[in-house]
Amino acid sequence: MKIKSLDDLRKIMESSDDLTAARSGSSTKVIIGMGTCGIAAGAREVMTTVLTELEKRGLKNVAVETTGCIGMCQKEPLLDIIRPGEPRITYGEVTPDDVVRIIGEHLVNGRVVEDKVVGQTD
Amino acid sequence: MSFYRAHVLVCKGTGCKASGSFSVFEAFGEEIKRRGLEREVALVETGCHGMCEMGPVVVVYPEGSLYCRVAADDVPEIVEEHLYKGRLVQRLLYSTPDRDVKVPHYRDIPFYSKQHRIALRNCGYINPDKIEEYIARNGYEGFARALTSMKPEDVLSEVKTSGLRGRGGGGFPTGLKWEFCRKAAGDKKYIICNADEGDPGAFMDRSILEGDPHAVIEGMLLGAYAIGADEGYIYCRAEYPLAIRRLGVAMAQCEKYGLLGERIMDTDFSFTLHVKEGAGAFVCGEETALMASIEGERGMPRPRPPFPANKGLWGKPSNINNVETWANVPNIIRNGSEWFASIGTEKSKGTKVFALTGKVNNTGLVEVPMGTTIREIVFEMGGGILNDRKFKAVQIGGPSGGCLTEEHLDLPVDYESLTAAGAIMGSGGLVVMDEDTCMVDVAKFFLEFTQRESCGKCVPCREGTKQMLLILEKITSGKGRMEDLQILEELAIMVKEMSLCGLGQTAPNPVLTTLRYFRDEYEAHIRDRKCPARACSALMSYTIDIEKCKKCGLCAKNCPVKCISGDRNTPYVIDQEKCIKCGTCLEVCPFQAVSKE
Repeated sequence: MKIKSLDDLRKIMESSDDLTAARSGSSTKVIIGMGTCGIAAGAREVMTTVLTELEKRGLKNVAVETTGCIGMCQKEPLLDIIRPGEPRITYGEVTPDDVVRIIGEHLVNGRVVEDKVVGQTD
Repeated sequence: MSFYRAHVLVCKGTGCKASGSFSVFEAFGEEIKRRGLEREVALVETGCHGMCEMGPVVVVYPEGSLYCRVAADDVPEIVEEHLYKGRLVQRLLYSTPDRDVKVPHYRDIPFYSKQHRIALRNCGYINPDKIEEYIARNGYEGFARALTSMKPEDVLSEVKTSGLRGRGGGGFPTGLKWEFCRKAAGDKKYIICNADEGDPGAFMDRSILEGDPHAVIEGMLLGAYAIGADEGYIYCRAEYPLAIRRLGVAMAQCEKYGLLGERIMDTDFSFTLHVKEGAGAFVCGEETALMASIEGERGMPRPRPPFPANKGLWGKPSNINNVETWANVPNIIRNGSEWFASIGTEKSKGTKVFALTGKVNNTGLVEVPMGTTIREIVFEMGGGILNDRKFKAVQIGGPSGGCLTEEHLDLPVDYESLTAAGAIMGSGGLVVMDEDTCMVDVAKFFLEFTQRESCGKCVPCREGTKQMLLILEKITSGKGRMEDLQILEELAIMVKEMSLCGLGQTAPNPVLTTLRYFRDEYEAHIRDRKCPARACSALMSYTIDIEKCKKCGLCAKNCPVKCISGDRNTPYVIDQEKCIKCGTCLEVCPFQAVSKE
């Protein structure tokens, strides 16, 4: 395709955005507990669901990070959501179905999914 | 395209490649696949990150963790611990040289946190072989905007008001240079990118071409549009095969997107670009010699005027700028001249990339705002002197530059201040020297280089540098006379004033500055026949201390010229006439009985 205008260039820019988006240090984050406890409790399935869901919704400016065991092994899989300027919310015993809800409700619309919350830090 | 939660950036610049980054890259590919992470983790090759000392360098996003000196064997651990379980591999993180503190984030490492990256903006951040990654970082936006909504005069005046000056050494205002060429009479005009980087130890241009080739191409497109040129050349030395390959890939991608060729973006602007490989003669970095070389002639300079702006390549008006200068241009057009002019000092705007080498802890490429002090560069970013030795001098500007001393440590680096101190900005080589470096030897090293690279066209440079070198060789071999210093100085000034081109005009700088700041060292070589730094082997002698000698005979046995005599009853003695000062006796003596002074 030939670039004929500034708009053509912008289209390429938008479609290439996710090439480098993960490197830009986004302030919206999904953090998944991937200690041995987390993995044993099914954190990998949670992770793949997060990635599929983000892709389905076209959310590019979200950083997906992993972290080790934080000591609350009985509540694994744990999943944290950080939205800029809001407290960090930790969800426990997260299933792939919960992921869909948490992303739709909390990550996109800012409504905390109360029934799954196990903790909150500022 | 699927969403990748993590990006693994493996440096494939020349430095890291030499230390084994290709096998690291392959190992990541296999390990990520073995773990079933290939849909989640993107593996990206990049250009130079600048911290070549720590190569192969691997950066993992989104955390932005930098791993140093990664070997293929380390890869399974990084994949399992970091990518799978989210735990940083502590032992591979960068730690500060003074105290053993691990720095988890790329941006917090002092080497990077003090930098202001404009020309190196994308180096080590994007895959240089993918134009889409450059575009995702707002690449070609400045050019597209200029072509659709700015007149060539507007582009020119933006560059002029930004205060950008030539980064190749001279520091001539770029906008003014463009204007000369724009105003020159003629339909056919050329623009040229000087990528004939020849200073020993300098590699900033190579890193830009390898790490972000599109920045140079976009800069040239903007220059061609402003000047009214329709053809351009990148003159790059053949010793830079990776830079040439990546330029080729980048140019093919531009053609595919219609950013190079006829009627770009449906306008009347057309531009074709060629890469010309040079054979690596130092003099071909001089603009008139460079153009002669492109024409297929022998690379020799010619007198100016006529200046290239009026009569350059094939007799047509031509404009030539250095790689780093071109790479700055897209940023100026995209962010505006005011933004650029707000960085730096009153007369030197923007940033400068330095190749930091020598006796310093962190060697590599640093880009700093003009006006940064040498102390900040050497001690904060460079992490201080290697092995806690004492700082002695920095050599700035390569073989054309000069040596500056401790008293200049707080000198803000810009074109004027360096010239006043006797050095030049040059292309940005910055060699740090400690107390073990002999300044006469340094002057000799650089003069040997320029003498060898002198093209021989004009007498002052051809003969003058030769005579100067002979005097320096005399001094360092202990045969100098005091009057030699005066002759040396006279010759240096003569060569500087009378040579035809920049090579000869600047070749005496290392000699002149060392004579100015380290005259006592020259005098010690001549008067006392001593090298204060103990670096000139001809001025040293090895002696055996009879008190400490246990008459074991190891020195005599290992001496390659058999100049040590003695036996179990007579002490061992070195015959100074025959001694070649190789230092073997000192190395093998188990009792530290051999001393050197």
